[in-house]
Amino acid sequence: MAEHIVPSKTYFAIWATLMAMTLITTLVAFVDLGRFNTVVALAIATFKASLVVLFFMGAKYQSKLTRVTIICGIFFLGLLLAFSIVDYLTRLLPA
Amino acid sequence: MSAAPAAAVAPREHYLNIDYGIRSWLLTTDHKRIAILYMISITVMFFIGGIFATLIRLELMTPAGDLVTSDTYNKLFTMHGIVMVFFFLIPSVPAVIGNFVLPMMVGARDMAFPKINLLSWYMYVIGAVITLYCIIIGGVDTGWTFYTPFSTTYSNTYVFGSIVGILFAGFSSIFTGLNFIATIHKLRAPGLTWRRMQLFLWSHYATAVIMILGTPVVAISLILVAVERVWHVGIFNPALGGDPVLFQHLFWFYSHPAVYIMVLPAMGVVSELVTTFSRKRVFGYEFIAAASIAIAVFGFLVWGHHMFVAGISVYSALLFSIMSYLVAIPSAIKVFNWTATLYKGAISYRTPMLYAFGFIGLFTIGGLTGLFLAALGVDIHVTDTYFVVAHFHYIMVGGTVMAYLGAIHYWWPKMFGRMYPEGWAKISAATIFVGFNVTFFPQFLLGYVGMPRRYHAYAPEFQVLNVMSTAGASILAVGYLLPLIYLIWSLRYGEIAPANPWGSTGLEWQTTSPPPTHNFEETPVVSEEAYAYDKHPEMEFVA
Amino acid sequence: MLETPYRDLDQQRETATLGMFVFLLTELMMFGGLFCSYLVYRTLYFPAFQEGSRHMDLTIGAVNTAVLICSSLTMAFGVQAAQKGLNRTTVSFLLVTMLFGITFLVLKGVEYHAHWQAHEVPGAGFLAHAAGVDPNKLQLFFSLYFLMTGLHALHMLIGLGLVTWITIEAYKGRYTEAYHNPVENVGLYWHFVDIVWIYLFPLLYLISRTHL
Repeated sequence: MAEHIVPSKTYFAIWATLMAMTLITTLVAFVDLGRFNTVVALAIATFKASLVVLFFMGAKYQSKLTRVTIICGIFFLGLLLAFSIVDYLTRLLPA
Repeated sequence: MSAAPAAAVAPREHYLNIDYGIRSWLLTTDHKRIAILYMISITVMFFIGGIFATLIRLELMTPAGDLVTSDTYNKLFTMHGIVMVFFFLIPSVPAVIGNFVLPMMVGARDMAFPKINLLSWYMYVIGAVITLYCIIIGGVDTGWTFYTPFSTTYSNTYVFGSIVGILFAGFSSIFTGLNFIATIHKLRAPGLTWRRMQLFLWSHYATAVIMILGTPVVAISLILVAVERVWHVGIFNPALGGDPVLFQHLFWFYSHPAVYIMVLPAMGVVSELVTTFSRKRVFGYEFIAAASIAIAVFGFLVWGHHMFVAGISVYSALLFSIMSYLVAIPSAIKVFNWTATLYKGAISYRTPMLYAFGFIGLFTIGGLTGLFLAALGVDIHVTDTYFVVAHFHYIMVGGTVMAYLGAIHYWWPKMFGRMYPEGWAKISAATIFVGFNVTFFPQFLLGYVGMPRRYHAYAPEFQVLNVMSTAGASILAVGYLLPLIYLIWSLRYGEIAPANPWGSTGLEWQTTSPPPTHNFEETPVVSEEAYAYDKHPEMEFVA
Repeated sequence: MLETPYRDLDQQRETATLGMFVFLLTELMMFGGLFCSYLVYRTLYFPAFQEGSRHMDLTIGAVNTAVLICSSLTMAFGVQAAQKGLNRTTVSFLLVTMLFGITFLVLKGVEYHAHWQAHEVPGAGFLAHAAGVDPNKLQLFFSLYFLMTGLHALHMLIGLGLVTWITIEAYKGRYTEAYHNPVENVGLYWHFVDIVWIYLFPLLYLISRTHL
């Protein structure tokens, strides 16, 4: 694997974006969007997390194996959350 | 693969005799020595778990609860479960056999992270000591499943301490899995592509994936029980708004895949045994490899089948039931493929092969009864009865323990440069097979007619089958003690083994028995697929 | 530096990095169990969770989020310096990273103390309540709050320990262009802990700010 040194400009740009998104998510929380508050908040959080994973953790420049590893983790966490919540969401449905 | 088998002398210097000091063992980073350390530790735990089983079976000889109190009985089956699951079955094949042969099978000098490998053993030992201490000072009675709110609120036993012990065992498992994944991905010898890997490696890779993804969830679920026990926060307490079933979701998310941690390595062993002892390429290599991965993935989708009567929604139950049927398919593919491998093979009935046959037959019964349990209607009838107990013992004992013993016998010459005594080994294998079936088959019947599990007293009409089961257990005990005796005997008096007594094409056999510390004198280069017996008629048994 | 069983430093570095990513998977699943519990109870008891979120100190939460993002930046620069073999620069960036980390923990401590004084810590002394909200369910929110941020804080402490270790090594001049992988891997851990907080912040602090 060739060593890729991320340029400082990229780091600053990512940092600025993360700070801006933090501000935005905080401000949006004061706007009443009903159910969409949660969606927006999680979307912003996921966007921020992706930036950290891709650039600070270097996943963008790493091997396919690394990317597959990360996706596996997200997938199985998703399974845990999805299959658990399906139980709770369907408990009170008419049989 | 290499040419003529080596002469029947042990090499002058190898991993065992290179240093005899106690520090060289306790501070070793040699994966082979770590495997031996694990072997000794899990054997001790196996016999401790066996003592609990003995007491359980003795109590169950009579319908009345007359040997021990019900509280003590609860402790017995709890501790039997904890010790056997966490401290014997989960490490057994991976930590003993896997640690020993995996680096050799990939042609490496050691695991990717040798120090972490040693750390995993120490985590295991610390966990075992803590758990044994809890057992000695009074035990734990929650069932190995720690269901809430009994474990969090009502049990008066050493729940917290047992949880700490299990957490250490969990870390041990995680570090083992980490090593397997890294070693298989990164340390394969030149020419060893994924499709040329022995199936043992595929199984252990799949197992490692489960260890990594599942174990942390049971860790947090048990931590929550501990926190709840100490601070009464209510997370699983219905009186405070909590849901006890949430614990079960988190617990079984790991504990179901955990059974695949217990069986996948055993299946990997069987693949090796069946090919070596029928001198044939495995039938459907890609299917068996893919099935291993499929079992690991699908295994994570079925955990709710332990909770059908716990109060989950019927829709959720339907989903888990369908998934449970699907997960049986890759296992079935493996059984078909092993059987097809035997067809027109030059079959030899040496002890390891006998254990492989035992595995195939008993695992099939266990697996099929799993399908009975996956059907919602049937499960309502037999859940929490001895039917379930018989089902999982067919897989874990009839399956995994048999495969473990088969592996021990198969790789014994590689590990110690000695052959075990074949006559006694065959007698033990037969004894174990008979003892096992007499112990556990009656339990299917008992469960079907309604005997509940985890009860220390039962209705008198169940006694005959219970007595039969206990009788079987006594035969089984003899069967397990025999190898302990003759294997230790063979270390000193066994026939000296050649490098490759079974004429196997496996990469681990292309070095001396016992191997040197660094495994191979020169890094091997792999140029053909696994089990290429048809290309190597010159390879034959020399044992 | 080159350990058994590697044939060269490149193979060793790739394997160690893979090892750290796989280890972070275990951390993801461990926090995942708590996120699952959170998801379940938030779904079941949304009004109580909204109320609980209003009891959070939004200022400290937002500032702490910014603090961790800054710490990730300085950690990334520390890694970059190590990749170039610049040990002194590495030490500087790592020290600033630790400073940010300690700031985070101090602010967390201030928050915890405030909750303690307001009787919002679950257990016998829990007194928080609001109209129309079951106090038990509110307590569940706080339990999850303390569990999730507590586990996160524990990981911050471990992270500080790891950063201390590589700072000492860098101070001794150990890292070169050829060998600096431990810094990268500690960086991966640090960024992961940041990511956990990136999710904790909206989930705990921003559930309901629309009705002040």
